[in-house]
Amino acid sequence: MSSGLPTAEPRPTVENHPYWEGTAQGRLVLPRCTACGTVIWYPRAFCSSCRGTDVEWFEASGRGTIYSFTISHRGQGPWRDVAPYVVAYVELEEGPRVLTNVVGCDPDEVKVAQPVEAVFEPAGEYALLRFAPAGTTS
Amino acid sequence: MSVRGAAFIAGAYEHPLREIPDRTVAQIHAEVAAGALADAGLGFDDVDGYFCAGDAPGFGGLSMADYMGLQLSYVDNTETGGSSYLYHVGHAAAAIAAGKCRVALVTLAGKPRTGGPPPGGAGRFFDAPESGFETFWGIPGAIGGYALAAQRHMYEFGTTSEQLAEIKVAASLHAQHNPNAFLPDPVTVEEVVDSPMICSPLHRLDCCVITDGGGAVVVVAPEVARQLDRTCAKVLGHGEAPKHTANGRIDLTYSGAVWSGPRAFEEAGVTPADVDYASIYDSFTITVMMTLEDLGFCEKGKGGPFVADGALVAPDGRLPFNTDGGGLCNNHPANRGGMTKIIEAVRQIRGEAHPAVQVPDCRIALAHGTGGSLGMRHGSATLILGQEDA
Ligand SMILES: [Zn+2]
Repeated sequence: MSSGLPTAEPRPTVENHPYWEGTAQGRLVLPRCTACGTVIWYPRAFCSSCRGTDVEWFEASGRGTIYSFTISHRGQGPWRDVAPYVVAYVELEEGPRVLTNVVGCDPDEVKVAQPVEAVFEPAGEYALLRFAPAGTTS
Repeated sequence: MSVRGAAFIAGAYEHPLREIPDRTVAQIHAEVAAGALADAGLGFDDVDGYFCAGDAPGFGGLSMADYMGLQLSYVDNTETGGSSYLYHVGHAAAAIAAGKCRVALVTLAGKPRTGGPPPGGAGRFFDAPESGFETFWGIPGAIGGYALAAQRHMYEFGTTSEQLAEIKVAASLHAQHNPNAFLPDPVTVEEVVDSPMICSPLHRLDCCVITDGGGAVVVVAPEVARQLDRTCAKVLGHGEAPKHTANGRIDLTYSGAVWSGPRAFEEAGVTPADVDYASIYDSFTITVMMTLEDLGFCEKGKGGPFVADGALVAPDGRLPFNTDGGGLCNNHPANRGGMTKIIEAVRQIRGEAHPAVQVPDCRIALAHGTGGSLGMRHGSATLILGQEDA
């Protein structure tokens, strides 16, 4: 399933590459602070909660709920032709609230608190983490 | 150490134009600098402190000191987006209190309307550590983050589009008295909610204007203020705070004003009830509503009923706001509304706002800035000004 939304190519850094390598395999791989246990977002090798620098990378569930969203009616650049589309904060089961797109449904059906699940859309060597309504992706 | 009474705003100048195709950004910086210095009764040779933000070209303070021929003992390029200039006034007051300078010039200029370089240059964020996780989703400029905050506010507190629209209506009622306002015509709640949806729940008329222009203020030491003929605004208090995404646990229902506000009120020795006039940063209508709550003018979540009651309309509302028409109707030069917030607060303290919107005997004025994005990271700053004997 592809949403048809633009997919800019990620440029992993030495700090966040495990996240991006996970996306290439369709897995949501997140960093967790080994000192305080916080699941870190955005992916980096530094825990801003306890300032720990030792992180372990683990596979997250890919499940979450919509914390907030907006239907954008005016895209810029390659997004101009795909409006309206949904930009959202999805709160992952593991805690972080991540910016993303909600795809796979009519934008008008999107609601705050709605359960969603991860979908990975190929972008060059890697993939972008987007979300679709729960139960619609398999 | 406190900055209460340590500095005075002696000069303020807002560029009268909203489209300036025939001048460079540096030229406009120098033009508003000259305007604010003349307003204070000072000249370029009096300036020993200079403050500017990301809208200044090149090396910022260095390039503009060179352009204007300034001889400086203090330079500050603090960049927090549109709130930068509220940071600058607080920093200038602290620098003056510390004896680092006596006459501090703060300038803003830009021309997003007629095709000048985008303020801050979008390219500079390319290497930000967060960029790979925020730039892929088609967030169309600033409005996307604010729309996310607005949607959550509606979900948690029952806020409505009509309530947000009241903020634009109040600004438009003020703008009709400002001959320089970009949008001088009053609008109704219906016109706001019927305007095209840009990023739900925000409509076109929930947004600020896009204008060329600029402004400047001159912050001086008390002994300088005493020698000037001009009525000055006394710096009573200042607070600032960045708010960020909190390791992915961002809470969209409040802004950094929850921290900057109390700091400013405490330093000034006043409370929200003492404020006669408020310049509230108004990039979007939701920015105003959230700030009113966070500064304590109403309870969290009660911003909707507060604004729907006509509270913001000058001169008789409970909290007259943005009497120049604000960024929503008058001017948002360089996509940055902080400078004009300070300038209108100074006009109110001096009794020089338009007579139709001048708050009678405005003793205490507040100016607040929100730069960056309510939806991600932003810099909040609160400035409290008083009459000279406050
Ligand atoms: Zn930690």
